Parts: sequence; structure tokens; C-alpha cells
Amino acid sequence: MLPEGQSLSSALKARGVSRRRFVEFCSFMVATLALPDRFLGQVVEALGKARKPVLVWLQFQDCAGNSESILRASHPTVLEVVLDLLSWEYHEIIMAGAGKQAEAALQRVVKEEKGKYLVVVEGAIPLADGGVYCTVAGRTAIDLAREVCGNAAASIAVGACAWDGGLVAAKPNPTGAVGLEEAVPGISIINMPGCPQNPANTVAVLVHYLTFGVLPATDQYHRPLFAYGRLIHDQCERRAHYDAGRYVEDWGDEGHRRGWCLYKMGCKGPQATFNCPNVRWNDQTSWPVKAGHGCLACASHRFWDTKSPFYERLPQVPGFGVDVPAGEIGLVLTGAVAGATILHGIASAVRDRARGETRPAEDQKINPNDSAKA
Amino acid sequence: MARIVVDPVTRIEGHLRIEAQVEGGSVTDAWSSGTMFRGIEIILRGRDPREAWIWTQRICGVCTTVHALASVRAVEDALGIEVPPNAELIRNIIASTQYVQDHVIHFYHLHALDWVDVTLALKADPAKTSQLAESISNWPKSSRAYFKAIQDRVKGLVESKQLSLFSSGYWGHPAYHLPPEANLLAVAHYIEALEFQREFIRIHAVLGGKNPHLQTYLVGGMASAMDPNEPHAPINPERITFLSEIAKTAQTFVEQVYIPDVLAVAGFYRDWFGRGEGLGNFLSYGDYPQAGIHDTSRYFLPRGAILGRDLTKVHPVDPAQVSEYVTHSWYEYSGGDSAGKNPYDGETNPKYTGPKPPFEHLDVEEKYSWLKSPRFVDTPMEVGPLSRMLVAYASGNAEVKELVNGVLSKLNAPPTALFSTLGRIAARALETQLMARQVPKWIDELNQNLNHGDLRVHNGEKWDPATWPKSAQGWGFHEAPRGSLGHWVQIEDRAIKNYQCVVPTTWNAGPRDAKGQRGAYEAALLKTPIADPDRPVEILRTIHSFDPCLACAVHVTNAQGRRFAEVQVR
Repeated sequence: MLPEGQSLSSALKARGVSRRRFVEFCSFMVATLALPDRFLGQVVEALGKARKPVLVWLQFQDCAGNSESILRASHPTVLEVVLDLLSWEYHEIIMAGAGKQAEAALQRVVKEEKGKYLVVVEGAIPLADGGVYCTVAGRTAIDLAREVCGNAAASIAVGACAWDGGLVAAKPNPTGAVGLEEAVPGISIINMPGCPQNPANTVAVLVHYLTFGVLPATDQYHRPLFAYGRLIHDQCERRAHYDAGRYVEDWGDEGHRRGWCLYKMGCKGPQATFNCPNVRWNDQTSWPVKAGHGCLACASHRFWDTKSPFYERLPQVPGFGVDVPAGEIGLVLTGAVAGATILHGIASAVRDRARGETRPAEDQKINPNDSAKA
Repeated sequence: MARIVVDPVTRIEGHLRIEAQVEGGSVTDAWSSGTMFRGIEIILRGRDPREAWIWTQRICGVCTTVHALASVRAVEDALGIEVPPNAELIRNIIASTQYVQDHVIHFYHLHALDWVDVTLALKADPAKTSQLAESISNWPKSSRAYFKAIQDRVKGLVESKQLSLFSSGYWGHPAYHLPPEANLLAVAHYIEALEFQREFIRIHAVLGGKNPHLQTYLVGGMASAMDPNEPHAPINPERITFLSEIAKTAQTFVEQVYIPDVLAVAGFYRDWFGRGEGLGNFLSYGDYPQAGIHDTSRYFLPRGAILGRDLTKVHPVDPAQVSEYVTHSWYEYSGGDSAGKNPYDGETNPKYTGPKPPFEHLDVEEKYSWLKSPRFVDTPMEVGPLSRMLVAYASGNAEVKELVNGVLSKLNAPPTALFSTLGRIAARALETQLMARQVPKWIDELNQNLNHGDLRVHNGEKWDPATWPKSAQGWGFHEAPRGSLGHWVQIEDRAIKNYQCVVPTTWNAGPRDAKGQRGAYEAALLKTPIADPDRPVEILRTIHSFDPCLACAVHVTNAQGRRFAEVQVR
């Protein structure tokens, strides 16, 4: 904790972070969280007063991609501020101590900060064969997860693997891997899927928690709506080409060079919810579709099995009957526009429902019938 | 005497456990164990080989991109596909960018705290720190005021009593030898390096859409379409300018911050030029093709092996000479566990026979790791930057010789000093310098092609699986930042029949083989002095000098389709 009477903003000031940079950071967070501007004052005020809560980060059957991702936190000052916002006391990939000293750091938090700390979990948890497929300090992942997450104020599952087992749980799931929510039911949890998670979103969740004392509104998968409430396809910068029937037909062809729609190359954008096109990656530099490759729908449930093969066109195109061969779509301009209109309608409905704090269906099978209901 | 256990080994990727026997103040024997297993190669079976790279890239998020590259090369090798020169260049830019970014993170964020006592920075005189900084480099951030501000930041952290990631460090350990001023300098550069890597990796965002886990590889080339006249082309003149600007920053940072810091730290720890040697055998597949994958003579980093520390001879390397043992690994071979197998015959039946968790010690006489033991002509090998620099040095590569000799003369050390813990650190830094020089050159070549109208990024002749033979097999490789990486793929009826990866950290961190030959970590830890068995920072120094990546290292192919339910826990 900070010394008595010292606020975060004064602590930041003492460490060379100016008030202006602090407000800039808060402003970026408000935008990412899709909060109305009037909340900026509240975020600034709340963070300015915060005492540093403790955070621990556990890695199980992981690739550390989510850890690496957070190191690339997109806003120039985000990591700096995160280190000052929270006391980040356990994270194997970057912490100073190892072995006994690392174990002691974790145990201190579990015992002394019981019920008050946040835990981030990265990687799947293997349940087969007594959990022997992942041990840390001789203890199984499930044993550690139960203890550490069970005693936390809230858990944040980052990346596909911590959400639903991800790649590790893809068929035939050799190690019986599951996500955190299934491994340790009943905990307060928010899921931040993606392969990896986008650090801008994860940081935004932390800020939301520090500001309002609760996790942000989520869908039925406990994913925050601000990041997972809209279709990629609706936010895509290539959308106009889709609507106009201009498609990449071969890698490197004219359409590919001119930034046309990647639907025919297997893009899963029409079935994927995530805020990639807006938040982008690596200081908002780019995202996969901008860089020339289709979306994998990496924030969708069990995407490794349900969205692959990744180069196969989506069998059912929004706005078309299932019988329409995909190859004809580019030729049917009117149809495409009609499909787009329906999609927009659905997206608005999703947004409206999101505002009403009800939860939109995950990866909805978009078709005209659904639209009529919405 | 005492059996020391370090688990978790932190500041690495993944789950590594070291057990070491310590007698008379030094390590007399050591065992390295990988304690996590996912089975990614099993999951790959039956899937589309064209997307194997998407899956295998997730083997590791620290060495993101490296498995993607090895994978597309394996499938291209199997199907006889040659990629256009632009794809080769884009891949080289991505891979060399990865070297620079990964090596910088390794030195500052994964390794430095073994040598730097953060708390001692509080005792530094900022004015003297400024003098020290200016005596070793022209880097502009070197004023007294700058170091005072950094020191105040550390002070604020310490006074808050919430030391965050630094709370568990070995502060005050007698093995720390840097003066307070050097500690303060290192802390400042720890923070600057975080900023540097975040900016520099935007090269990957442009060429790969995002980092970690780039998304623009294709079997046959890259999805980064190029056009000199299209504002929305993934590669166009505006993007090239952006890439060039960022690439320049790397050369400056590496030459003015990283290299001087390594030299300064090494100067205070010269004992470590004589410690942590290990095997004395070094392997490099070579990489960075510049005239197609088949012309190994034009690789920017040469292929070869050095045996028994003999730098006068570079042995040829053929992937057929690679085999893997499971004698001390939690797998079993149908023909018995005492013979090695080439990855094409890769057969791995997982069988956990370790202690039931929670446990205190592994049974190191039997099987004790999820890593297998790769061997080259039945010999354990070290892989990584030191191996690559030694192979290049011994092969007579002029640029590498100049860099290596320059550093050795500055440190007043003989070439044999490189066979050590500090040697690995120095070789990694030199390689970073070499590649930081190279990134802008390859971007420039790409730009020339763009301007001359060569816009090919993909060879689509074999994109359609209908064009493939009924069965095919291939080998793909990459010299990843941590060392020699190989992917072996077998394709049948347009699907993956068998897939196997032999990964850098498996070479380095693997357990003993059938002959009882130690792996590289195990050998390197012998004779390591341990001042305080409760705080074995010396073990971390040598292990970290290899830059372990355990997520990469643990893998399996299950050619026999054995059910995992048969795994026994005892």
C-alpha cells in the first residue's frame, strides 16, 4: 500500500509522471472502455486516490504470449502507469526472485492480502491424470489455481487458453485441459480471450476495476462487452469492399494489393467479435486484416476447432441463403448490399442490447431470420 | 550435502525446474526438468498443413514467429515450393527484428537482475552515474538530472514498501559486484529498454498485423501484399518509410546502450568468463537465405557444427544426423528407451512416471523431464547465439570476426573466454549488433523491389491441395533467437500425418541420454560456486545465459496413437 495519505496521482507526480500525462492515460482508457466522456473526471479522480492493490499473474499451460503482449502495452505510458497503479508481486516471466523466494512472494499475497488481490491467469489447466502435465514447485496447476484464485477478489483469465482451454484443449485435448472458469467454478471472473489478449483491453479492465470497484459489464462468457460486443466485420476497414463485391481471389493479386475484402481467403471476421479493427495492436499500428491476412476469430469460443480450417470460406454468408455458392457472391452486388444492411441491423441490435446490459449471443449465426427477431 | 531445488525458475519462458547437488560450496551435479506438457503435435494431426504455422506459432509467445517460419518452410520443403524473393526478404526482416527485440528483452528484463542489485541504485551519486554513462557511450540520456529522477522513482517504490516485481529479489547477496552508480545506470536502461522494445516491435505489427503471434505467413510466401501506388497495400512507400525509421532506432540503441552496458557489466564479473562452459559442442543450422532456401552458401549466418571446442574445424550438418532420446524423459519408445530416433520416425508415447504431486524431489536416476534429449551424431550440443557466432567465426565470416575480435580486445580476453556464461551474454549482444545493422539493409532491398515493380509475395502454384502428391514429407528449420529449430512434417491425403519439432531449448535443457551424457544446462552448472544455498543466484546466472524457453522445448508426436488415459501416476 502507499504510505498513509498519499494518493496515486501524487505518487505518480513524485515519480515524474505529470498530471497531464496521467489525464491523457485516463482519457485513452475511457475511450477504450467505450465510456461516455463524462466519466473521464471519475476515472481521473478514482485513480488519483487509489491505494495500490496487489496483483499476481499465474502461468500454466501457456506460451507466455499474453505476458509478452502486456509488455507491449499499446499506449506509450500504459506499462509505466500499470506498474505504478498496482503492486505486481508475482509473475514468473519477469519477477526478480525464483524458486523459494518466488513461492514465498505468492504465499504472502494469498495469506496477507486474502480477498483483496487480483489474479491474472494465463494458459490452460490440465485435469487429466491427476494434473501431472503442469506443475510449479512440485504442485499441480489446478492445486495452485484453486488456492490463488479461490482467495482473490477477482480473477482475470487472459488469452484463449485461460478462457476455454484454447489450443491446448483443441481435439483431441491430450492433457484434459480446461479454462480457469471450468477448473475453478464459482469465482469472480472476467475472460479476456484472444490469441493473445490485446493489452489495451486488459489494462482497461484493470482501470475499470480500480475506478468503479467492479469488473465491467460482460456477456454470457464473462467477456467485457466493450471489447467483445461487436463483430469484426462491422468494424472492418475493408468492409466497403465487401459491400461492393470486391474480393481478394489469390494471394498477391490486384485485389490483395489494393486492400480488398479477404472473405474468400477464409477470413472469419463475419463470425468474430472483438475490437481489433479499432484498438489495433502494438500502439495501434495495425491488425491482421490490415496487414493482409484473414481474421482467425481468435476471441471466439473454442475457435481452434470451431473456426478452422482457417483457409476455408465461411460456409454461410451473412445475408445469403445457405445454398448460394460463395464464388457467386462477388458478382451479386445487390445481394451483398442487402446482406450488409441486415448485418448492420443486427450490429445495432447487439449494441442496443449491450447498453441495456443484456448479453448478446456469442458469434451469432447471422441470418435474416435472426435479424427479424432482433 | 544439500540438494538445491529451483522451481519455478523465473525470468524465463515456461516451466523449468533445476535440481542441483551442492558440496563444498559448489555444484557437483545437476538435473534439468521441464514440468509442463501440452501435446501440440498430437493436436496437429489430421489438420490442413497450410495452417500448421498458425498452430505451431503458439508453441511459444516469447519466441513468437519462429515456429511459424519453421513450419511454412517444412511444408514448402515437402511440397517443393520456392517462395518469391520478396517473401524471403520479408521473412528475413521479421526474423532479424525478432533477434534484436528478443535479445534486448533478454538482457535487460530476464537476465540483468542476476547481476544488478536494484536497491544499491539508491546509494549511487547521480553525478557520478552521469560521468560513468558518458565515459562508456554517447547515448544522450545521461545527465545528472536524468539519473536523479530515476533514482527518485526507485526510492518512491522502496518507500512505498510495495516493491512489485522486485520484492522477491536477491538484494544484498554477496555475489553482486557492481558499484552503486553502475546499478543505477542499469535500472535506467531497464526502463528505457522496455520502451525501446515496445516501439521497435511495431515492425512486426506492420509486416505481421500484430505481435505476439504474427498473422501474415503463408505456405508459398507472405500475405503482406506490396504495391507502390496503393494507400491500402500492406507494404507501400509510406510503410517502408515507417519501417526504415524504426529500424534505425535499433542500431542506435544497441550500439549506444546495449553493447556498452554488456561490456561494463562484464568488466565487473570477469570470473564468469571461466564459469558455466558446459559441453563445448556447438550447432547451427544457419539461416537468412539470400538466394533461395537451397543455396546454403548464401545464408547470412552459416550452417555448421563445432565439436570439442575446436574452432579450427567446422563440421557439415545434415538433419538426418539428428536423433532424440527418451531414456530420462516421461515417454517410452516401442523398441525400448535406449536408442535414439530421427524425427521422421518420431514416435513418442507419453508416460509419466515421476512422483505424485505435490512432491519435494524428482527421481533423477529414472525419468525426470517432459523434455526429450536431442543429439547430433549422438553428441549433446549447445545451440543459440554463442553457437551461431562461433560457427560464423570459425567459418571465417568477416563481419562476425571483426565484431568478436573487437569485443575480446576491449575485454582483454582470449577467444576461449567465449566458452562461458559471460561468453553467451557477449555473443548474444554481438549478434544483436550484427542483426540491427542488417534490418535496414533488407528493408532497403525490399524497397528497391517495390520500386522496380517486383510485387510478388506468394507462389500460388501449390496452394490448392488438389495439386499435391498423395504423400510427402519435409524439413523446415530456423535459427531462432534461442538456437536451432527444426520442424519435420509428413503429409498424407492433404492432411498432416505426423509432425515433430526439435526445439532450441530441448537441445539445451534436455535431460541425460542413454549413455548418461548430460544436457547443456546440466553440464554448464557443474562447478558453479554457491555462496548461499538458500539464494542460489549463481545457478540463475548460468541458466539465464542460455535464455531458456520451456514452452518451446516440451513437445511430442504420437505416431502410435497411444491413449493418454494409459499414463500411469505413481
